[in-house]
Order: sequence, then C-alpha cells, then structure tokens
Amino acid sequence: MPARIVQQNQSPFALVSIDPVTLDIIENALRNARIEMDATLVRTAMSPGIREQGDAFPLIANHEGKMIVGQFGSFIDGFLRAYDGTIEEGDMIFLSDPYSCEGAISHANDWLVLLPVYRNGRLVAWTAMFGHQSDIGGKVAGSMPIDAHAIFEEGVRIPPVKIYAKGEYNQDLVKLIMHQTRKPDWCAADLNALIASCRVAARRVDEMCARFGDDVYVSATQALLERNYRAMKTLIESSVSTDTVSFEDYVCDDGVGYGPYKIKCSMRREGSKVILDFTGTDPQSDASINFYLNENMFKMFFGIYMIMVFDPQIMFNDGFYDLIEVNIPEGSLLKPRYPAALSGRTHALGRIFDILGGLLGQRTPEFLCAAGFSSSPHLMYSGRDKHGDWFQLFQIGFGGIPGKPFGDGPDGHSLWPGFTNVPNEFLERYFPLRIERYEALADSGGAGRFRGGNGILMSYRFLADGSVSIHDDRWFTHPWGVNGGKPGQRARKILEKADGTKTVVSNKLDNLAVEEGDILHFITWGGGGWGDPLERDPALVARECRQGLVTREGAQAYGVVVTEALAVDEAATAELRASMRRDTNDVFDFGGTIEALRERCQAETGLPPPCPPVWHHQAMAAE
Amino acid sequence: MSYRLGVDVGGTFTDLLVIDEVNGRTYRDKVPSTPHDPSEAVIAGARQICGHAGIAPNELALFLHGTTVATNAVLEHKIAKVGLIVTEGYRHILQIARSLVPGGLAAWIVWPKPEPMAPLEATIEAPERIGADGAVVRPLDEAGLRANIARLREEGVEAVTICLMNSYLNDTHERLVAGIVAEELPDIPVSLSADILPEMQEYERALTTVANSAVRPTVSRYVGNLERELHNWGSDAKLSLLRSDGGLMSAEKSRSAPVNLLMSGPAGGVAGAVWVARSAGTPNVLTLDMGGTSTDVALIENYQARLRRETSVGHLTVRASSLDVKTVGAGGGSIAAVPELTRALRVGPQSAGAVPGPAAYGRGGELPTVTDANVVLGYLPENLLGGSFKLDREASRRAVQTIADALGLSLMEAAAGIISIVNETMFGALRLVSVQQGYDPRDFALMAFGGAGPLHGNAMGALMQSWPVIIPPSPGILCAYGDATTRLRVDAQRSFNKLVTQTGDDDVDAVIDEVTAQVTAELAAEGVAPEDQELRIEIDVRYSGQAFEVPLESPRGSGIADLVRRFDEEHKRLFTFNLSAPQELVNVRVVAHGKAANVAAQTIERGNGDPSSAKLRDHSVWMEGAEREAVIYDRSKLRAGDVIPGPAVITEMDSTTLVLIGHVARVDDYANILITPEKN
Repeated sequence: MPARIVQQNQSPFALVSIDPVTLDIIENALRNARIEMDATLVRTAMSPGIREQGDAFPLIANHEGKMIVGQFGSFIDGFLRAYDGTIEEGDMIFLSDPYSCEGAISHANDWLVLLPVYRNGRLVAWTAMFGHQSDIGGKVAGSMPIDAHAIFEEGVRIPPVKIYAKGEYNQDLVKLIMHQTRKPDWCAADLNALIASCRVAARRVDEMCARFGDDVYVSATQALLERNYRAMKTLIESSVSTDTVSFEDYVCDDGVGYGPYKIKCSMRREGSKVILDFTGTDPQSDASINFYLNENMFKMFFGIYMIMVFDPQIMFNDGFYDLIEVNIPEGSLLKPRYPAALSGRTHALGRIFDILGGLLGQRTPEFLCAAGFSSSPHLMYSGRDKHGDWFQLFQIGFGGIPGKPFGDGPDGHSLWPGFTNVPNEFLERYFPLRIERYEALADSGGAGRFRGGNGILMSYRFLADGSVSIHDDRWFTHPWGVNGGKPGQRARKILEKADGTKTVVSNKLDNLAVEEGDILHFITWGGGGWGDPLERDPALVARECRQGLVTREGAQAYGVVVTEALAVDEAATAELRASMRRDTNDVFDFGGTIEALRERCQAETGLPPPCPPVWHHQAMAAE
Repeated sequence: MSYRLGVDVGGTFTDLLVIDEVNGRTYRDKVPSTPHDPSEAVIAGARQICGHAGIAPNELALFLHGTTVATNAVLEHKIAKVGLIVTEGYRHILQIARSLVPGGLAAWIVWPKPEPMAPLEATIEAPERIGADGAVVRPLDEAGLRANIARLREEGVEAVTICLMNSYLNDTHERLVAGIVAEELPDIPVSLSADILPEMQEYERALTTVANSAVRPTVSRYVGNLERELHNWGSDAKLSLLRSDGGLMSAEKSRSAPVNLLMSGPAGGVAGAVWVARSAGTPNVLTLDMGGTSTDVALIENYQARLRRETSVGHLTVRASSLDVKTVGAGGGSIAAVPELTRALRVGPQSAGAVPGPAAYGRGGELPTVTDANVVLGYLPENLLGGSFKLDREASRRAVQTIADALGLSLMEAAAGIISIVNETMFGALRLVSVQQGYDPRDFALMAFGGAGPLHGNAMGALMQSWPVIIPPSPGILCAYGDATTRLRVDAQRSFNKLVTQTGDDDVDAVIDEVTAQVTAELAAEGVAPEDQELRIEIDVRYSGQAFEVPLESPRGSGIADLVRRFDEEHKRLFTFNLSAPQELVNVRVVAHGKAANVAAQTIERGNGDPSSAKLRDHSVWMEGAEREAVIYDRSKLRAGDVIPGPAVITEMDSTTLVLIGHVARVDDYANILITPEKN
C-alpha cells in the first residue's frame, strides 16, 4: 500500500504562468531557505560529526515530493511508495531504514526527518533533512561494524514512523529509540536540530505562499523543474554520444579479507535520454561494504556533474529525472538484497564519483578530472577516560583532491560539500588524545602538469586505553591519473607503540585495542595527477619542495632536479626531462593491473593482498 | 575650547566633520581622496575645514578616523610577507585550513583555492608542545628554533606571527619564542596569537594573527604619517581609529592590533546610521548601504548595532569582532546576464566596477548593469552629480535591450526585471540579519544610503514591510558622522566554560570583577576617567555540548538563574525548542565605552508642506507596468514638513532618491526624507 495523503481541501492547484523575474525571485528565496536550514542545524546539533563537520543534507520538495532545492535529489517518492499509512496535517515522519525508502538514505546511521507542509488544508511542500548519527547502538561503537553480515548487527533501525502525529509528539517512541544508542545526549540534540531545521524551511515556504499566492508558488516550483529539464535536455543531446562508453573501478576490499570489488557503469544516449547501466558490477558482499544506491540519487549526481560548468548558479532539482534511466542489477554491490549489511557503504559511495568522472570525461579528456573521491575515511576511538567516563570519537578525514583541467587539486580538502575538519584543539580538549602531526604528506599527490592534492598525515597519540575502528579505502588500488598524470599514493595506517615498534594495520578494522601512549599514523590517499608532469614549471616544483609539499626525490617524477638548496638545477633538469618523454597516449594511468597490484601488494603496502571475492550467496549480478 | 574631528576616506571623496564639544555645532567639508596615500587628503581636508571654521590646530582635542587602509591592503593583496611560527607537526596549518571547499557537490572542479596568507616557505616549526590542560608536554628547544628562524631571514619576511598549539590556555611558549625572534630578527614586528585571539581553534587563531601581521606594516606606516603630519601642522589632537565593531581604538593600539580595523569602513556607515536614528527617533533600523559593486546591510536594535565574532574581507574571514554587516555582491555596477542554457535572469555578482562601468557612464562599458536599468526606467535622470556628469541614456537602452531580447520581454520589462532581481538579492541579505535572527522586520525602519541606496530604499521598504524608509541628508557623509560621534571602546573576555550546575553567582562575579578591572584600567590609560566609562557585561551561554553560544547581557548582580531563564527564552525564539541539557557559561566579556559626543543634528527651516519651490522639472518614469508622470526635486531646496507624493525623483549632489507610486515622502526637521505608503 502506498501512503495515503489526507487533505481537507481537495481542490487542485491552478497552474498559472509565471514571468521569468518572479521565477528567479522564488528560486532565490528557496536557495536562502536552504541556507537557513543548514545554519539552524549546525547551531543546534551536538555531535561533532554534524556540528563541526557538516555531515547532513537538507531538502525542500514540491507537493509531489520532487526536490526543488537540496543536494542529493528527492527520496520522497520512494518513501511514499513504501509507506503504508496516512500523511496528515501536523504529521512529521522519522526513519532510518534504507530498505524502507529504496535506499534514499544508505545506512541506518543517517536519521531522516520528513515534514509535509500544509497550507489552507492542502499539501504545498515537503521539507526534509538527514544527518549522520555518531552512534545508533549495535555491536561496535560508532555502529558501523565492518564484519556485519546483516543489517540487524548495525544498531537501531527505524521504519517510517510518525514522530508527530497530527501535531502530537510521540515521546515514548523517541525514548525507545534513544535507549538503543551509546550517545543518547548527542542523538537527542541532533534529532531536535533536524526537526528545527525542517520547521524553519516550512515556515519560509509558508511565507512565500503568503507573498505570492499558493498557486503562484506551486506553479513556480513546476516551472523550476521544467527549467532544469530543458537545460539538461540540451546538454545531453549536445554532449552525450549514442555510442556506449563504459568505465570500471574498484572498492579495494570488504574488510574481511576479500577484494577488490568491481563497479562498472556504461552510458549511452537514445534520443534525448541517457541510459546508465551498472551491469557488470560485482555481486553484493557478505560484509558491510554494500551500497544501496538509490536511482534518483544517482540521476542527481549525474546531472550535477553535467551542468556544473555551464551555469554554476543554477539550483539543481529533480526536473530532469525523466531524461535519465538508471539500471542497477538486483543483488549487486549497489543493490544488495535485504537484509544485507550496509553500514560500510561510504567506500562505494565515494567510488561512484570517480566512476562518474571517468565515464563522462572519456570523450573529452581535456575536461576530465583525475581520481580522488576515495571514500570518507572514518576513525572511531572509544573507551573510558581516567575518571571512568565513557568517551566516543567519530571523525571523518580527507584526502587529496584530484588534479583537474583548471589547476592543482588542493591538499587535504573535502570533496563532499560543506564538510570541514575538526579543530585539533577541540579534539584534544574533549577527548583523551593529542594530535602530534597534522600535515599534507609530501609527494602523496600524483605528479602531473596539475598535481593531485596531497593526502593528510595525522598522528593521534592516545592518552587513554581504548578501542579503535578504521574505515578507509584506496589502499590497494590507486587514485588514477589522467592525460599523462600519475596516480596518487595510497592510504596507509601505522600503529606505533611506546617502544617505537611500528605495525601497518588494515584500512578497514574494528576493535583495535590501543594503549595509552600509542600513536596511530592515519594517512589518507593523494589525488591523481592531471596532464604530463614534464610540462609542469620546474620553478614551481622547486618552490613546492621549499613548502614541504614535494620532496627532492618526488621532484624527479616531474623530471626536475632540485639542488640541496632547493633550487632548480636547470641543466640536470633538461637532461632528465629529455630522457623521460612520455611514450603513451593512454588517457588513464591506474598504476598497474589488478594482477600486478596483487603481486606487489605486500612489498608496497605492508599488507597481504585481498583474496578474490567468492560469492557465498545466491545473489549474482545480472551479467 | 575643544573640538572633535571625524574623517572618513571614501573612494572618491574624503569627508570631514568637526563638532564643537561644548555646544554641539558642526562644520562639514569634503576634499578629493588621494588613493596613492590617503593620509594626504586627510591632512589637507583637516587643514581646510579648520581654516574655514576658524579653528586653530591646537584646539582639536580628538581626531577620529575610519579607514579602509587595512581592508584595501587585503583586497589588493598589498600585504606584508608574513613569517609564521607554529608547533612542530603543524607546518601546513594554513594550507589544509578547515578542509572546506565552498559550494555544492562537484564545486571542487571549478574552485580556485586561494594561497595561504603566510607563504608556506616562510612557515617554520617550533620544537615544543603545550597540552590541552595547559601543561608543558615538551619544553621549547631554543637551539632548534633558532636554526629554523634562519629560514625566515632567507625568505626576507616583513612581519612574524607566532601561533602555537593550546596557547590560548598557556602562552609562555609563545612569549619565549617571541623573545628569541626579537633577538634573531630585530626590528621585525611580531604578533602573538595569545594576544590577538586567546581562544580555542588553532586554524582561526593562526589565520587571524597572520592577517594582523599582514596589514601591520601598512597600517603602522599610515598611522605614523598621520601622526607626523598632525604634529607638523601644530595639532596635538589624540588620534583614534574606528574599529570593525564600531568602537574607537587609540592610534597606538591600532598599530599593534590592526586586524580590528578590517571593517572600519562599513562600521562608519552603521555608526552614522545609529546617530541619524537617534535624531529621527527610530530606535530600530535596518541599514542598506548600496554602492557600486556591493551592498552592506545591518540591523540596529534600540540604537545598538548587532555584533558578530567574525570579520570577512574578500576571501578572508578572521575571528575579530565586527558589526554584523552582511555584504552581498549587488550594486549599481552589477551586471545582468542570461545564461544560454537555463534562460534565467542573473544579476551580479560580476560588476562593471568604475572602469569600464555601466554603459550609461560612456567609459566603454557595454554590458547591462543595475544603473543602466535605473537609467532606462527614468529613475536616474541625466544630471547626476549636480550636472557635471552626463549619462548616456541611449547606451543604457542598447545594453538592457540585450536582456530583453534574450528573455523575450520588452525593454522596460527587462529593466524592471533587473531591478527586481537585484532588490531580491538585497532582500535576502536583509532577511539574514533580521528574520533569520528572529526579528520581525515590521518593527524596524529602513535607512538607505551609499551611492545607490536611496534609489532602491523605497522598494526595499516595501519588500521588508519596514517603514518609514529613511534617507538621511548627504548620504555620502554619513560615515564621517559615525566616526565623529562614536565612542572609545575596550573589551576583554575570559573563557569560563562551566556548567551552571557546577558554579555559582560568586564564581561568576569574581571573573566579572577581574575582567572589569582590566578594561577599566585600559580605557583609563586612553584618557577616559573611570567615572565617565560605561560598562556592559556579556556572558555567552549554550546548552552543554552545543558549538554555538548565545551572547546575553548580564549586569553585575543579576544572577545565574535570571540568565538561564533568558537564555531558554532566546534559544526558543531563535531555534523553536529548548533542551534538558544543562546550560554552559562559556565566556565572560566586559565592554567599556568612553563618553559620547555632545552633538545634536542640525535642523532646517520649516516650510508649509508644499515642495513646489524645490521642483526642478516634470519627468516621466516607468513604474508598475506603465509610463507615469513624475516630478524631479532638488533636495537642497526642500524644507521641513514638505510632503512629496510618489512617483518622484529627488536629486542632490551625491545621490538620487526614488519615491515609488503609492508612497509619499516627508521631510523632517533634520532634513531626513521619510518615505511611507500613502495609506498610512
């Protein structure tokens, strides 16, 4: 049974024609409302993941549930299809189960609040916000157990329920949910923040309706959707080929010893329509790296990548969805069957963007960016401090941004919109640890005419015994370079004990016991390089040596010989460059085949290569 | 005899205002600005105005000055080469920054990352470490530091910043390092993060202190020139500069902490608006300062402008208090465009600037701007700037026609569309400072100034429902009024960081007393006797675990219980809910103000309500979809009590006021134009 929407006022909205100026005004006002949602959330949330790092996503949709402002596209239609109940004025929906909304949120840590906005007895809009909770219970602190085989191991899972029913707050429901988490204080505040943020946007929508009239407002949202449709149609027809192109990349491993997992996407155009097909993607994993990819969300990613360059001020919306068809095979890594574990989906989510870049850029390599959207590296550290109080840190790290046609990739920056790092003084004040080193790791960005951004070396000294979880990827495969650019260096994690012994540890692990005085060197990947490194200005390479971003040895990759005084040795450079001329026209440089990477793995990474995946279940990708 | 002189340096003119502190009489003057060295015009203007007013240089007691010297140094990147000394392991602190890429998904593809303000090759590490409890984890290795400082010498740094981890808790290492730098690099000015911003968050502290170092030589040179020239002229007036937060600081302080001057310019306008608001008797005002490339808006509540804990200039955002002025890239020179793909009408943020400028200026600009739309609609008549400056109406029409063609609209509809869009952008900014902070704009008047403000003020009042719209006399000289009428200000704060369940009134009062003693002494050193000082005590409160505080005024003796009650109220007003978590008192801050100037606004002659003697000519404007009859008036000839029905255009030398149809303008005793809807 799909959801039944109850409205006191049954008369449909009159579609009125909107002059372009009013339309732009409403677009602008909606954009402001969205900014206000973010501001409200950040000011009232408590978990560092949301309040310091910004791991949350707002949405304003029209009365049909189509996204008018937001980032990841609308999930409301999926929710409405799956929700067996009524939607009434004064209701507010709360959910966290990816299987109950067709993957609109992709793991149960994301809590989603949905507010239907009524006016004069009619549904005029939806506002929604979801944010990552630092802990929702389950078998490990942080609630993202890598070795989980089913979603039941990943903490509290909330089906769509009414947190408010006709204006009435369901206190007992909230109490029940908060009882499941290790951090009820954070979760309670963050839930309040999500609600406040939805309410702010609802108020703005109401004001816009009052200012312009309900019919004008609703018609304007329709016109905004159409504007996106028209723009995207033109773009697709002019820049997507009817020939099939495809691209494949990998998630390195599943944290329980198998990998890599292939994700493959093909693209072709039929008339005005783009068909994106994930056939050829590996079957789902027994562990938690599955990523339940919502088709609409992928359409949005695609659309944003297409249009970014042409009108950066445009407000993306769902209007162009009909122009895109997405096919994801059932039982694959990207559409796992219930009750597959999902909590470690961040790696495949990140990889989707590298794939999208590789797919779209193949025909026009001059606009192609290198790879670098590894994942969101997570660090969890929990235990009891010297006073016996429970502490629990969840932190998202960043790697290097890829080299791109417009210049170098920044060092240690976020590819995710709105994300920031946590000030180290804040970490040290509220958690028993000290950050002894925090730097852009020299040479980790791939060499190129435009260099890939360096990854970050962050050295945590733990000041209390505790337990650590790590989620990272791109430790086995490289972030690839393009157009002659070299691949970036891979991620690494090294545990240094008080006696100085160092052990390379896995990039996906739970329950790593650490002792007071241990240091964890958390190293993220560098972005791939763009263009022939021999075309980079030698003076710039030498300057980056003085800046600690490239070493003298690293300068060799650019064919530049740097003296001890960190200046260019012109003669030696000319000679070296002459001996290094590029001998291939390959667009991509993956740093070797999977087989070659496997062979060199132990020697290069200090870790054994993952075993080729075996599919234990019947679920097979539709090859 | 004692006079105070206010001077504001604008892009074109330097405005001056002298106030007789005894009887409040004022003298006004303006001289052309001298951008190559703004102090030249300042001194020339000071000599001129005193000459005209018959005031001897030694009769000037106070010389009060708003300056954009620091702002321009940042915007034009004419800054000092700063050497930065950080804790070992943190050399890339400015390079990594907060890891934020502004914009949405995929914005990283097009984002040009700005270079760090202190070059990485001139950033060195100090072998040392302070812990998060303030204890020394690793003592400073002096020899190691000296070896690293050699790098700064090679790089030829012109200023040095020291920012060490956790120095906000324990500054001994920063001071040790400063001592060594003084020996190794004598004569190089050194800024310590513990002095400039003793607060948690290493990146913001480092950046703010680097920004301080970066503008320090420029500001220091400028202030030195002014002091020397004042001295040569025979004046021993005390020189003070307007800070970003609207208070004044001594010349001496401004040379060591110039980061507080970054928003000195806009602060002058807001301070001036506060002064006009007092004369007009309107305690709650939204300000709209619209210039050529951008617009500044602010909110004044009960004659006080809101403050915020940040200052933004261009790409740079530092943690220094400033008046809560929001700036949007919408001004008279903002360019209108229609992207081919989306067919949307976009106005700004690109600006035609002064060169080539709007098409109407005839300096080679061909792209349609907001000014061109105003010209096409008849809102800006030809005799701008008192007739010395001709507008090319035909060029404006040609430019705006390109928009009309792209959108399939008539010329007039396109021009009106451009105005609506730019107004909407400013509307968004005004909502940010009002509605989003929980204020109802209907409780506020709207004051419009700056070159283009009076043209758009009426429309903004209508959008905000903020009445009356106030157009102050000579909107250009408002900043100088602000400079001359504001007060000396000193503030200091302590981190308190205690839950209300863990502390009591005595603890809080003890900290208040300590900070009060500090600011009182500091202001006394600037020449304000303690009995002339006005104190304001503020405590930042939040729920335990939140990241953002709500600052609340808390007079001595008012008690924690009352503070907590007011916090809950305010939190509910701002965010619609309260939490059961205990409240945390985060910071205790005391602000000490000096005496206000004794200055009343000048009154004008009263008329009989009929403005016809000020009428210049009949005119026609396009408004609400049709050509309308309008009248142009000369503002200088208007008298108090005159009533002007819209549509009308009122011109004066430095600006033009537009009165819309259905609205009426009244002139008050202080020559302010007050616009309200006709029906009121």
